[in-house]
Formats: sequence, C-alpha cells, structure tokens
Amino acid sequence: MTMEPRTSVIEKRLKDIDRIIAVASGKGGVGKSLVASSLALHLARKDYRVGLLDLDLYGPSSHIILGVKDEFPIEEKGIIPPKIHGISFMSIVYFTEEKPSPFRGVDISNIILELLAITQWGSLDFLIIDMPPGIGDETLDVIRYMKTSEFLVVTTPSKVAMGAVGKLLTILLELKKPVLGVIENMTMTDSSFIKKEVHRLQVRYLGKIHFDEHLEESIGKPDRLLKTLAMKDLSRILQKIKL
Amino acid sequence: MLSFSVRFVTFKPSPPVSGLCMHEWALAESIVMAAVEEAQKEKLKKITQVTVFIGELQQIEKEIFLFALNELSKSQKPPIIKDAFLLKTEKSTLTCKNCGETWKYDDMKKKLNETESESIHFIPEVVFVHARCPRCGSPDFEISKGRGVLISSIKGVR
Repeated sequence: MTMEPRTSVIEKRLKDIDRIIAVASGKGGVGKSLVASSLALHLARKDYRVGLLDLDLYGPSSHIILGVKDEFPIEEKGIIPPKIHGISFMSIVYFTEEKPSPFRGVDISNIILELLAITQWGSLDFLIIDMPPGIGDETLDVIRYMKTSEFLVVTTPSKVAMGAVGKLLTILLELKKPVLGVIENMTMTDSSFIKKEVHRLQVRYLGKIHFDEHLEESIGKPDRLLKTLAMKDLSRILQKIKL
Repeated sequence: MLSFSVRFVTFKPSPPVSGLCMHEWALAESIVMAAVEEAQKEKLKKITQVTVFIGELQQIEKEIFLFALNELSKSQKPPIIKDAFLLKTEKSTLTCKNCGETWKYDDMKKKLNETESESIHFIPEVVFVHARCPRCGSPDFEISKGRGVLISSIKGVR
C-alpha cells in the first residue's frame, strides 16, 4: 500500500482563485473550446486576472484558437503557465508537441492530478476550464478536486447533442454542482426546442450564439475573434450572468 | 497509518543554491502536506520518518528534491525531525497491452530526444505520446511500476 501525495496540495494551488468555471458539454463538436477561449479573452479584456486550463487531453484545441506558438511554462517551484493575450494558459500540448495522445482512463486522472499539483496559477479572478465532452474521468476529477467549480454548459440546436447534454446536466444537478446555465451555439433557426428542454431540467437557458460563417477565419487570431458576430452574441449572454 | 518495511537509501544533500526553482519543489510540497495530514489524522506528536518512492519515469533530481523536502518540513505541525525523509528509487516497468512485452524506461531513454524526455519528467504519462512498445510498436502499453512520487510509509511518535 502506498499513499498518493498529490491530492494534498491541490487545494493550496487553487486557494487564490476566486472563481473556477468549467465550460462543458455532453457532446463533442458543439463549440466548448471556442466558448471557453472566448470567455477567457472576454474576461482578460475587462482586466480580470484570468487562467485557462485545457483539459481536453485527447484533442486539445484552445491553443489553436488562441494562436499559441513557441511558448512553454516557466519552471519555478512548479510550473507557471505562460501569458497568452493576457491569459495564463495551461495545456497538455506543451508536453505532447501536437502528437496523438493515446491515454487510458487511469492515465487521464494521473495527468489531471499532476497538472493540478504542479501548476502555480498564483492569484486569479477566474480560472476557465475547457472540458472534454461527456461525463468521464475529466469531469469527475474536476468535480472531485476543484470543489468550488461552476459549470457553463454548451450545446448545439441538435436533438442528438441535447440528448447527451441532458445527461450531463442531470448528473451535475444530482451532485449539486452550480450550473450557470446553458448556451445554445451555432443556431440557424428560431427553434425553441433547446430552451424548452433546458427549462424542463430546471436549468437556466442563457441564449443563442448564431452560426457565424466567418468565425473560422478568426481562429488563431484573438483580436479578430473578439470582433466576430459570435463573440457579440456571447458577450450578450455573459452579461446575463454578470461576466 | 501506512506501515511498510523499507530498505533505506541515504543521500548526502549538498546545499543547492541554484536549481531550486525546479518543479521538484511542487512535488516535495505535496509529500510534506500529505505526511502532515496523515500524522494529524493519526494524532502523532512528531514525524520521525517518511519513506518516499521516486518512480524512475519522473526523473526527479534527488538532491534538489531532498533539499526541498527538508526546507518545507520546517515549522510543520506536528514537527518533522531533521533528515526524516528516506528516498527510494523505484525502477520502472512498462508493459505492452498488445503483445505483453515488458521493458524499462532506461532501455528506451536513448531513443528519446531531450524535449521528449523533459516532457516525461513533467508529466510521466506523455511517455505514451513519445514512445512505443519496442517489440510490436504499439502505443497501448501501461506504466506497471515506477511512475512518480509516492509515500510508502510514515513513522512517528504518539
């Protein structure tokens, strides 16, 4: 029998962070990373001290959205994330060099523990987490180790996406985790299907981000991203939850 | 309370002045905090010995690690006596899930470049990203032994 020491230090690493917001979804491809990165940029532009942790370990993508190149954490009593456009940004990609990441569940939990134990965030107003899809190890570990985390949930208008998102919301509610609300991303019609489904679960529906055909051109260019129509929709939504 | 029979390994810590900023410090902090938490649970008045396994994969700088452990041990409650930490290296065993081959990190180290090796030092699981089974080439292997730092025993006085 041995004792795992890393869990003991996590609370200390996170103690000077005011709010932890996990951007999550039950389904992949709904725009979580874009919402998480845009939220972090939005808060950084308001002069908040912001961190962004990409926990999508199989398919990290926040670094692509933020246009991160040739950056690496500083080693100082742990690792200090580099500042990217004013955001302290941590990702597995610093260590994987964009190679495929064939991790099993136990490895995922170990990586999350290691990142949480050695990352020195310092004082932050917000730590945004870009979550992978679903309710697997990453979601359970965030709930377990980041006790103060709040969830911002993203879906698309699809019934398929909402099916999985409904399950995520149900488990978050069962575990009594704070859910800030649900954002409906990439909408192309005025359908109220998602709004009704979200209300049926007694969760706050925050609004729509309309499909923006020019959004792709701003990937990797945060200054352009902040001027997109999608970002305007997101800013309006974030005002509702005072972000 | 954990209790283990251990073989002692002693290190002579030189007082490192440079290199203290390394990430070993963060891991040492987790060891000290975990040992103190456990000692408080067990109502120990003093911690006399903490045995720590250091997995080969994490490539810890032992002198720095020991120095950090001793520095961080000061002013703890319950107190940790001087030189309480015993470090024991755990050799790695990697096992392929596809063909059953087993090997050690040492065996494949020379095939890794400095950046890959450094990345494994920070996050041992990225070994699955940078290495393959030497027999069948599969990335589907596991770290059976020697991953990172673990506490194997804590001794103290009630």
